[in-house]
Amino acid sequence: MEKINRKVAQPLTFRAVKGTANGPDNMDSGLSPQDKKDLDKFIKFFALKTVQVIVQARLGEKICTHSSSSPTGSDWFNLAIKDIPEVTHEAKKALAGQLPGIGRSMCVEISLKTSEGDSMELETWCLEMNEKCDKDIKVSYTVYNRLSVLLKSLLAITRVTPAYKLSRKQGHDYVILYRIYFGEVQLSGLGEGFQTVRVGVVGTPVGTVTLSCAYRTNLAFMSNRQFERSAPIMGIIVDHFVDPPCNSQRPANMGQPCNYRAPEDDDGPFAGVQDSQEVCTTSFSTSPPSQCVCTLSPSPSKLSKPLPLDSLQIPLAPGHVTHTLYASRLSYQPPALGGAAELSHPTANPNQVLHAGKEGGVVLAPAQPPHGADAHLTVEHAPNTPGSSGDDDGLSNSGYGRRDEGRRCASPSDPVESLNAFTRKIGAFVNKPSAQITAASLDLPFAAFAPRGLDSEENDPMVQPPDSPPCHSPLQASLHSQGSEGSGPQDDFVMIDFRPAFSKDDLLPMDLGTFYREFQNPPQLASLSLHISSQSMADDLDSLPEKLAVYEKNIDEFDAFVDMLQ
Amino acid sequence: MNCRSEVLEVTVEARQVEESMLALLHTILLHRSTGKFHYKKEGTYSIGTVGTLDIDCDFIDFTFVRVSSEELDRVIRRAVSEFKDALSNSGSDGMGQISLEFYQKKKSRWPFSDECIPWEVWSIKVNVVNLANEQERQICREKVGEKLGEKVINVVEVINRHEYLPKMPTQSEVDNVFDTSLKDVQPYLYKITFQITDSLGTSVSTTMRRLIKDTLAL
Repeated sequence: MEKINRKVAQPLTFRAVKGTANGPDNMDSGLSPQDKKDLDKFIKFFALKTVQVIVQARLGEKICTHSSSSPTGSDWFNLAIKDIPEVTHEAKKALAGQLPGIGRSMCVEISLKTSEGDSMELETWCLEMNEKCDKDIKVSYTVYNRLSVLLKSLLAITRVTPAYKLSRKQGHDYVILYRIYFGEVQLSGLGEGFQTVRVGVVGTPVGTVTLSCAYRTNLAFMSNRQFERSAPIMGIIVDHFVDPPCNSQRPANMGQPCNYRAPEDDDGPFAGVQDSQEVCTTSFSTSPPSQCVCTLSPSPSKLSKPLPLDSLQIPLAPGHVTHTLYASRLSYQPPALGGAAELSHPTANPNQVLHAGKEGGVVLAPAQPPHGADAHLTVEHAPNTPGSSGDDDGLSNSGYGRRDEGRRCASPSDPVESLNAFTRKIGAFVNKPSAQITAASLDLPFAAFAPRGLDSEENDPMVQPPDSPPCHSPLQASLHSQGSEGSGPQDDFVMIDFRPAFSKDDLLPMDLGTFYREFQNPPQLASLSLHISSQSMADDLDSLPEKLAVYEKNIDEFDAFVDMLQ
Repeated sequence: MNCRSEVLEVTVEARQVEESMLALLHTILLHRSTGKFHYKKEGTYSIGTVGTLDIDCDFIDFTFVRVSSEELDRVIRRAVSEFKDALSNSGSDGMGQISLEFYQKKKSRWPFSDECIPWEVWSIKVNVVNLANEQERQICREKVGEKLGEKVINVVEVINRHEYLPKMPTQSEVDNVFDTSLKDVQPYLYKITFQITDSLGTSVSTTMRRLIKDTLAL
């Protein structure tokens, strides 16, 4: 490999030809060894540069390179095309020492992945070789120049296909991924009616190089998607361009994200990505609250599920966003977290705050202790990554965000202790007997508040709140219910009866909490209750004539009333 | 030799004339420019590097790639700007044509002047429309972007046929083939002309011919 690099460093020189294009070196029967070697080198570097152009065109940024009148020797095809090391690495890995040949095409697949994990192939660029040979062409001169023109055409065409505009807008709702493969061209993922544009062809003595692009035209799934979404969500995977250690969790055809932040100095082949390796797949999911069961209990051993931080998906906006995590999560005991397979970060500590670095690394930094039951997740604009795996047992920040608001309003004076003490699933301010906890273990969020057509009103604590137990202090009251429900099959669910401070009121016989609970859900209208509606319509109709007679009798009164109003 | 002639046609709004012309002319010139030649002994030469730049259009949903050369950009912008002014001043229903011609110079003996032999001519016909409301303008923005994309594909298609190109000149003849006046890139010798069609569609009651290349001013 090094030899080739040194050779490349020499500027390519040409001999000005006065006569015809055919030089005396050409042999009709075959290629001279030097020409063959040159041709192979040209095709190899052409393939690498093609990949660079395509991926850079999908980074979402405008590309700018400078012209230089003096040749530097490392600019293949006399074009200033930067080499992103990771992309070159991927391309070389896909080529595995081979060259595009007949039946062996090099393909770059560009796909889109939304924040929910849906992905869609957008286009496939194919560098193919066919058998049509142009024996008379001069390799070191004509072929080289034509390959250069083809690269320029590629630069122009990559800005024209529909994926370009999509890639310029990537970030919040979706990311653009690329995948390089070698072998047979696969266009099945492009949907029906895909279009093909041919970038160009260059004939060589060993075959004709063809560069083309097949792009999807049916973006129907995109139009229904959440481009209108207000809350931006971004999955953060910091191992962009690098195979994550947990490779098995990702589907085999997952691509690499087209979102590269070039480091200032080139200090290594994977500069700027090293810190990401420490914190791999800390990916977060936006699965709805129903799918996330947060189970915290005073005794870690009773945990049903570990609490992987990597299954959280955090809403993100450009720039700095602060989100308040459910504080209890962070006070969660380490042992179970350490078992979380996805988090390979050796210093993973639930008390740490996830801080996304600018280079795309998400490093865990120590957090402030949860004062005021607040933990801040600070995220800067980090590169996107292929989505997380295993979203099902993830936590939903959105769900918790809402709950958190409620919690914080009613937090007792000693937040840490109380938060350590409970596990929540059912909503705040609900003091339910343990029998009703089964409703909570349903997948429905706010299952406790679901229409209780089957529950009778007498047992509904919202209508008839249980008597407030006598308490000496708000804190003791909150721990009281925990003790009573500590045993039993639903050990993991401990209800807290929150007592707002200063809640005792001499005027009203009930306290604020009880008042709130009682009147939070109004009782059902009598006319809508099931047992009343079972009255037959006939009874209503029968009573009508009597009512009408009464009204007619009092008609004068009604008229007087109406006149008064006018 | 025969001169290759290609015609592209676009329909745009008045404010999109400049950017659409720049997009197409720069795309063509991108393919027809090389790095600066540096001749060494024995007739060998090396070629400089051409950089590229993405340009977003303001009035069209389109991005094009141009050669990273401010000098060249200035020359093209000046030509397009003159064309745009001529188009708006003509008072016609807004039809015009701008031509980019690549030529070779053939030295003739005195007293005959040098011949300019075109080998490729690109004609871009422009049809200017006036739109009534903002919604139409928004649609036009996208439509023109798509159209320009198609034109770029057409340009690339023609260029990649690899038909006649002047052969690489020796050092003494390089100015007959290339424009060596720029310091960072070297396009083939070219000239830009335009003409405005009047409302009758005839080829010009007033033909305006501007020669941008100084070497042709004799």
